[in-house]
Order: sequence, then C-alpha cells, then structure tokens
Amino acid sequence: MDELGKRLLDLLQHGLPLVPRPWEAIARQLGVPSRELRSRVQNWLEDGTLTRFGPMFDIEALGGAFTLAALRVPPSRFDEVAAILTDIPEVAHNYQRDHAWNMWFVLACTAHSDIARVIDRIEQRTGLDVLNLPKEQTYHVGLHFSV
Amino acid sequence: MTQSTTLARCQALQLRRLLEAGLPVAQRPYQLLAAQIGATEAAVLDQVRHWNSTGLFRRVGLVLNHRALGFRANAMLVIDIPDAAVDDAGRLLGLAPGINLCYQRPRRLPDWPYNLFCMVHGRQRDEVRQRIDALLRQLGLEALPHQLLFSTRAFKQRGGRYTPGDRHG
Repeated sequence: MDELGKRLLDLLQHGLPLVPRPWEAIARQLGVPSRELRSRVQNWLEDGTLTRFGPMFDIEALGGAFTLAALRVPPSRFDEVAAILTDIPEVAHNYQRDHAWNMWFVLACTAHSDIARVIDRIEQRTGLDVLNLPKEQTYHVGLHFSV
Repeated sequence: MTQSTTLARCQALQLRRLLEAGLPVAQRPYQLLAAQIGATEAAVLDQVRHWNSTGLFRRVGLVLNHRALGFRANAMLVIDIPDAAVDDAGRLLGLAPGINLCYQRPRRLPDWPYNLFCMVHGRQRDEVRQRIDALLRQLGLEALPHQLLFSTRAFKQRGGRYTPGDRHG
C-alpha cells in the first residue's frame, strides 16, 4: 500500500467528519481530489481490504446481551461442530484456536435470558460442555489500528 | 412523506437499517440516504450526529480486514491475575500499543483459570510472542500464569445487523 493509502486509512479509522460533503473535507487535508479518495475506498471494499465502511454500532448501546464462549471439540468432530454453530443465528464469530478449548465464539442475543437458552441448545446439539465467559469489566476497546 | 428538520420515528428506524449496510461512498452520502427515506439531508445528518454523540455509534469510519493487510497472527492473550490486581493490570495492558481489546471475564475452575483477556494482532506469531513477552516483563506480569491462543481458522464472521426487529433466532 502506498503512503497516500496508509494516510487515508489512518484518517478514516479516526472517523469521517460528519458534514454534508465529508470527502471534500478529507481531500483538503490530504491534498488529493475527493473523487480519488472515494474510488480508493470503493476499491478497498471490493478487494476485501475493508470489511465495512460506515457507522460502527456500539452493540451494547443497543441493549443486546453478549458473551464469549468456548468448546473443547475432539479434532475428528471439528467441522461437524463448526457447522452446527454456523447454523445458530446468535453465533456472531467463531474461531479455531490452538488450545484444549479449541473453538471460541461470541454469542449475540437480544436479551440476557436468551444466552442461557442458546448455550443449552449448543450443549444439546453438540453433546459438549460450553465454557461461558461473559465480560465483567471493560478496560479497553481499540478503535484504531496502526497500518 | 415529511420534509421537516427532524426525522419521524419510522424514518429514524429506516435510516438505522440503511446505515447497518454502511454509508454510501458518495460525494453527498446523507443526501442519498435522505432521498431513500423521504427526508432532508440536514435532518439525516442531524440524526447521525445525534447517534454519534450519544454513543449508539462508536464512530463513523471503517473496519479493516486485518488479514488482507498482512496481519495474519491474531491471538487472545489470557492471564490469571489475582482479583485485587486485575483492574490495574487491565488498565495498563489496555493502554499498550497493539492491544485491541482488554476485558475481565470470570474464571471457571478447574476448567479455565484465566480472568484477563486481551486481543492482539500482528504479522507473524513470533513477533506477537516477543512483543507480548516484552510487554508482560515491562508491566511485571511475566511470572503470572498466561497463554497466547492463536487463531488458526475463522468459521463465521458477521457484520453489524443489530437493529431491533431483525430476527435473532
């Protein structure tokens, strides 16, 4: 990525100015035509450099309930269990990690009572115990990632 | 259709749904959105500013695909910290460069002894390990039980569809 690309990513990570013509405001800062900035962002969305452009919703401000959970999946059952989780709409992210607890996922529900219900369902469908690790304290949520 | 300076409730809900898909990459994005919900550009922008200042939005910006940018080593650092020290350690770790998220979560003994969780990204595993070792030494936490759980596969990732009324299963 060239210098302009890095500067643009850096700037946009801090947020787009909330004005009618935001690209013109950024173009003035970077000394580049606003059309060129938009086409770069459009290309990044298309080639997968960006997964999203727009408002980042604070999911907790929306009043949902969330938890981090894990499973100890026997290696021979990994794909089968992953498919079960993919099927469950409350599972928001699912990663394999190199640990005895090898499958880690986030549950995003509309209410707290749903979390226990979804965990029950996962335990029933997989036959495995769920490790439920709801957040107790937030120390840091990074909004910026240095390119 | 109303053209007043504030959005009707149903227009605000429509706007929120549109914004879940992202902001149009257009010269006047709020004008485009306004046209779709029969409102004025000024009313849409006011609503967006309101959501931004009241915390519904963390910001209006972008989400990077870390992997596409070459940040392929993604790990969860977990530490078992005495309860009395966890707040201080969490705050210090949260300030460190390269720590994206830092939370306290419950231990589940005997299965799970760790109570502090950080997300870390880097280009290579060795670089992440060295960086975290150095950070823990610097903070005097290196003697505490800790582990780095690198991710090896991602099965499911989802964008932000969270507006009430959407089906959550």
